[in-house]
Amino acid sequence: MTVELHVNGELVGIDVPPEMPLLWALRDHLNLKGAKYGCGRGLCGACTVQVAGRAVRSCVVSVGDVEGREIVSAEGLDGGDEVADAVLRAWDEEDVPQCGYCQTGIVMGAVDLLRGDPDPDDEAIDRAMASYLCRCGTYVRIRRAVHRAASYLTSS
Amino acid sequence: MRTRRDFLKISAAAGGGLLVGFTLPGCDLTADFAGSASADHALDAFVSVDTDGRATIVIPVPEIGQGVRTSLAMLVAEELEVDWSDVRVTQADAGDEYGPHQRAAGSDSVRAYWDPLRTAGAAARRLLVRVAAQRWNVEPASCAVRNGEIRHAPSGRTIGFGDVAAEAAGLPPDRGPSTADLKRPEDFRIIGIPVRNIDTPEIVRGEVDFGLDVRVPEMVCAAVARCPTYGGTVDGFDPAPALAVPGVHRVVRSPSVGDPEHPYVVEGMAVVADDTWTALSGRDALEVDWNPGPNRDENSRRRHRLGRSGVDRPGEPFVDQGDVEAALAGADRTVEAEYQLPMIAHVPMEPMNCTAHVQENGCEIWAPTQMPAVVRSSVASRLDVPEDAVTVHVSRVGGGFGRRLSSDFVLEAVGIARQLDRPVQVVWSREDDLRHGFYRPFSYHRLTAGIDQGGHLVGWRHRQAGTSRYAFRDDHPARSEFFAGAFPVGIVPHFRQEYTLVESNLNVALIRAPGHNALAFAIQSFVDELAVAAGEDPLAYRLDLLEERQVRPYDEEGEEVYDSDRLRGVLELAGERSGWGSPSTAGRGRGVAAYFTFGTYVAHVVEVSRPGAGEPLCIHRVTSAIDCGQPVNPAGIRAQVEGGVMDGLGAALHGEVTVENGAVEQSNFHDYPILTLDRAPDVEVVIVDSDAPPTGAGEPPYPPVAPALANAVYAATGERLRSLPLDM
Repeated sequence: MTVELHVNGELVGIDVPPEMPLLWALRDHLNLKGAKYGCGRGLCGACTVQVAGRAVRSCVVSVGDVEGREIVSAEGLDGGDEVADAVLRAWDEEDVPQCGYCQTGIVMGAVDLLRGDPDPDDEAIDRAMASYLCRCGTYVRIRRAVHRAASYLTSS
Repeated sequence: MRTRRDFLKISAAAGGGLLVGFTLPGCDLTADFAGSASADHALDAFVSVDTDGRATIVIPVPEIGQGVRTSLAMLVAEELEVDWSDVRVTQADAGDEYGPHQRAAGSDSVRAYWDPLRTAGAAARRLLVRVAAQRWNVEPASCAVRNGEIRHAPSGRTIGFGDVAAEAAGLPPDRGPSTADLKRPEDFRIIGIPVRNIDTPEIVRGEVDFGLDVRVPEMVCAAVARCPTYGGTVDGFDPAPALAVPGVHRVVRSPSVGDPEHPYVVEGMAVVADDTWTALSGRDALEVDWNPGPNRDENSRRRHRLGRSGVDRPGEPFVDQGDVEAALAGADRTVEAEYQLPMIAHVPMEPMNCTAHVQENGCEIWAPTQMPAVVRSSVASRLDVPEDAVTVHVSRVGGGFGRRLSSDFVLEAVGIARQLDRPVQVVWSREDDLRHGFYRPFSYHRLTAGIDQGGHLVGWRHRQAGTSRYAFRDDHPARSEFFAGAFPVGIVPHFRQEYTLVESNLNVALIRAPGHNALAFAIQSFVDELAVAAGEDPLAYRLDLLEERQVRPYDEEGEEVYDSDRLRGVLELAGERSGWGSPSTAGRGRGVAAYFTFGTYVAHVVEVSRPGAGEPLCIHRVTSAIDCGQPVNPAGIRAQVEGGVMDGLGAALHGEVTVENGAVEQSNFHDYPILTLDRAPDVEVVIVDSDAPPTGAGEPPYPPVAPALANAVYAATGERLRSLPLDM
């Protein structure tokens, strides 16, 4: 069955059951592997993408749920908007990743946070990012990168 | 200083540039570096320089987040004198030419490749200079090299690497530089400078492929149904409901490997499908009758109780110095305490997976593995083909922690792939990963110390009982989780370690700093209790114990020595930086621990607050000092220390795997939590300025975290916690 998805600015049709989680449609049918599988239950955040401008855990939404809504994955984030650019630049400069597996999801979470709150304090960062897991423990640099991204936004 | 002569092979790179290969006979570190390769001609490229002047450096060790793609490249780039921005890296396939250290294990990558990679860089530089010198008709020694440019100062002539690379490829072989020809540390321009992870921009933009991202033409996906109880087998199955799922191709048996009581690969049923979701859905639909197998009554709580009673009686002596019983009996007083640690899981963010294509005469593997060479040889052995018929491509690894030292998930994929005519990617769900893993052994520790009238330690007995990662291995004589070289060996005149193996089929293997990750908790908590019993400050007490310098060989890999002055050094540094001794904010407490692992010394000071009723423990900050010899990439070292701290805190607070009726009870991050960002402390890392040969940073920060935390909790609350997880 053909499902039409609006991904990274393009309309694409894929032949998958509507109950297939968006994560697997992106990874296996659109060759967009930036969103990662970490838990399959929305617990870790590694699969996070944007749907209609908000962070969504793609392993727990189906393609049927997001048909017709604008989806942005990691591959489509660069050059997207001021917030995304600030986050990517901050992530580069703070050299956040180690193994890197969780990072695209966390970047999405940071973009989501900063869109709603361009200068979050530590408590706001903790609250927003507590549900994004990193086994390598890059948390200190994630916090610094969020603050740095905020500084780019407030100075522009 | 030993010098070493190496042989070079020069050939043309694909684009016409220079390709430098290296043999590694008689490397300073270990004679086995030559491996099974012939010393004369078995080489592979470590570095190539192209006609555009860019250098491509081959990274032999899998990248698991420990930063080797950056740190090992720095070793080559330093001597090559290429501009860091002109460096590219590429991951090596499994190959004998990389020696026995082609693995992410033992925190020994930088250590093992310190000489060979610098030498490879120097050799390439010399060839490039020789071409320029010949062209200019000058002595090579009169040419200087910097940032990819060769310069003849007297005449002012310069030429870029790119313009000499092709000609360098045609030069006759050279005996190559010795380690004596390499740069002195004071001349380093890359090594010792913080360098950003070479892959960061691609990672954050989703442009880097991990094992699960491998895509090969014609590839299908498979998910394996496995018995919930370890070692259970298939009595019967009905494939029809699985085959009814659109996109499912086949259901095939996934054969077990190894001893039926304790299999290396458990038996299962593989559902093969078009894509990952369909394979997982097909597996959900599959009906299997399981025979629970020989371990149906396995129960971790019961095994734990055996550990408890195991320390009630003498165990098998491991290290035995002096007469411990007499010393304890004759001591003015004794202090005794018991500690326990549970089984824990690795839970790397990327669950297990492997892509395999078995063909008529060989096999191609794509795997996020920590042990490429072992994967290659075990697959060859399994398929009964020569090793050179097996190609192992190493993808980036989404977290290792020791789980991917095991080749089980590769052999499982091969067992499935050989029944198919296409490549197959076998994917483990998070539940599979947690339930069918190899766990850190549980252990019980009873420590008893005798103290004389002057307050000196005269006797120390450490009894350990638990499962062991060596339980089923004939090649390890001690079959214990002790190490002979560790503090406080050598400090107390009458000293004994005793081990009692708890017989169990609970599936255990290596986790970050194997053995040490449990010992450190017991030993460094006990040292704290001794300090308290003596009425002394815990940091001062430790420094007193280390007052007399001890230098001892330790029996890990290599011939390194343990130098207690360096342990003292990190303790002093961490103490100073954390403000140890200055008054704490009310309700807060600081705890300290230091430990030596694989040649590196680490001390942590953890600061916590007494939690209110029902509130989680607040961990404010950790101050860490690390002595890993000559730092190669300080940014990478900092990251490893921060990461080790987060890993250690999470394990100490939450980590526990339990087994009931032979089945692991945990399944995902809701019942196997790891540390979350909101509980992550600030971490300050101090790296000791040292010119000792570099040692690793991947594992050493991990063991001292748990005891430093428990010691901090004691300082803040007066409560001594001896059992992990703390559940706070």
